[in-house]
Amino acid sequence: MTQNAPFFTPDRSQYPSKKADGTLDIDLASGKYLKLWQGPNHPGITGNMSVELTVCGDEVVEGKTHVGYLHRGFEKLMERRTFIQCFPIVCRICVPEPDFNEYCYAAAVEELAGIQSPERADWIRALILEMGRINSYLMYLGGQSGALGLGVIGQWTTYARDLMLDRFEELTGARIYHMFIMPGGVRDGLPEGFDKRMEETLREIESTMKDVYEVMFCNAVFKKRTVGVGYIDPALVDSYGITGPNARAAGVAKDVRKDQPYLIYSQLDFEPVVGHDSDIYTRADVRRRDVLVSVDLVRQMLAKMPRTGALMATVPNVLHWKIPRGETYIRGECSRGEYGYYLVTDGSGYPRRVNVRGPSYTHAMTLLERMIVNINIADVASLMVSLHTYPPEIER
Amino acid sequence: MRELHTKLISLFPIGELTEQRPNLAFVTVPQEHLRSVLLHLRDCEGFTHLILLTAVDWLEEGQFQLTYLLSNRTAGRDIGLRVMLARDGATMQSIHDVWPTAATYQRELREMFGIDFPGSPRLHEEFILEGWNDIPPYRRDFDTLKYAEENYSQRPGRETRDPAAHMKQQLT
Repeated sequence: MTQNAPFFTPDRSQYPSKKADGTLDIDLASGKYLKLWQGPNHPGITGNMSVELTVCGDEVVEGKTHVGYLHRGFEKLMERRTFIQCFPIVCRICVPEPDFNEYCYAAAVEELAGIQSPERADWIRALILEMGRINSYLMYLGGQSGALGLGVIGQWTTYARDLMLDRFEELTGARIYHMFIMPGGVRDGLPEGFDKRMEETLREIESTMKDVYEVMFCNAVFKKRTVGVGYIDPALVDSYGITGPNARAAGVAKDVRKDQPYLIYSQLDFEPVVGHDSDIYTRADVRRRDVLVSVDLVRQMLAKMPRTGALMATVPNVLHWKIPRGETYIRGECSRGEYGYYLVTDGSGYPRRVNVRGPSYTHAMTLLERMIVNINIADVASLMVSLHTYPPEIER
Repeated sequence: MRELHTKLISLFPIGELTEQRPNLAFVTVPQEHLRSVLLHLRDCEGFTHLILLTAVDWLEEGQFQLTYLLSNRTAGRDIGLRVMLARDGATMQSIHDVWPTAATYQRELREMFGIDFPGSPRLHEEFILEGWNDIPPYRRDFDTLKYAEENYSQRPGRETRDPAAHMKQQLT
């Protein structure tokens, strides 16, 4: 908030000095610095994580991300489960957008087991992934505005998200953890009248997004607090593993759906949403426009998808399913960036190793710790939310 | 990927190519040549994005496999570099100066697998675990059930049944 204040520009080069090894010389006993914890229980934190801030006045001189509050050992757990037992576990790795876990895991198992999922199942998978993306963005917009005191946006987007959860419920039987994308295909087809109800939901979401644009993106306070704050240099995109909207807002059109199209994305007509200013405002705007792209993609998919045909490929007896030795990596473009599963099998009935690559792993750790330096305490929450991090995918 | 492998093999003593998909392949690289291969792939072949760095424990073979997965977005292809390390005293050179994000992966690998990366920033700070004094938990020889039984107690009133005997009883 102070970064674009015209009347006072602090000389940040004055403190703190660096030691010979390049680390900061922070002497807490000097009384000049203060340790401040943001999180794990704090309204301005993105879930179960915390940032240990060292501040000088109201300016952050160092920040360290701490995770581990939500570690459930999924990767280890899966090494002790059969391939089908892993299926209901994976979605629990990421609460707000669980479907990418299901898709990446299912596609990895299918590839190593030599199974081809039916075309109709691929369309339904893509439909679910786009529905989940809309939900995740709606949740983000509430968080981003909430971090700056615009509480009402969260209420509107939660309403819109709830409508989409209704569509999830009628399609999959569940609202949050759908457990729908199985290795081999999907569990069911679209219910009767789904298209009509989905169209009503999409219209409601579009209407909400129009309100969100007017109240949030045209708001002078929101602009003042976000324009020019939290800049990500496009040159850092590859070296810091930045993907998704964080990269696209920096002008790098990284989108797995276009770069390495999976499922049926090559048959859809869309362009990745790109911004240029790479600040908090641009990142929020890229996500807002991405919601509208996803709404369009859902419409395209409902218009084009086959309504008949198999939903599941033939899968071996899941109780005795052994997969030959091999390794693969499957990725998808989730709402935060590149989501991927690295699966290693050893010929037994259990995975040898599953590694989940969540975009927050790089965004919330190395990148956040670099960006947080020299910003005002009041902007920390807004900056963190703008990277759209979900802690469970860091610690799995 | 074949032509890339031919090029690499003329420069470095690397292993055979395993083509998983047309746009994904894996290759084994000797530990001492990893850095050179990574730098060559990043600077000359466009593999600028480090997707992930992780380890696989091949307990039976007494080895850890480190996997460095790189991506070339322009060409739309990925390559995985496998480095095999002896499990005892596993140590690997750090690549945090090549990709700053690698420092986080290396910190996690030290904590979860016990693989050392000398020189990597904040390597010995706790990442996920707190006050851990057992063997690194993601190693295959770490027994989760034994650990749970030794460190946690069951809630009173809980009954444990043998699944086979219980099903038999239910069906009669």
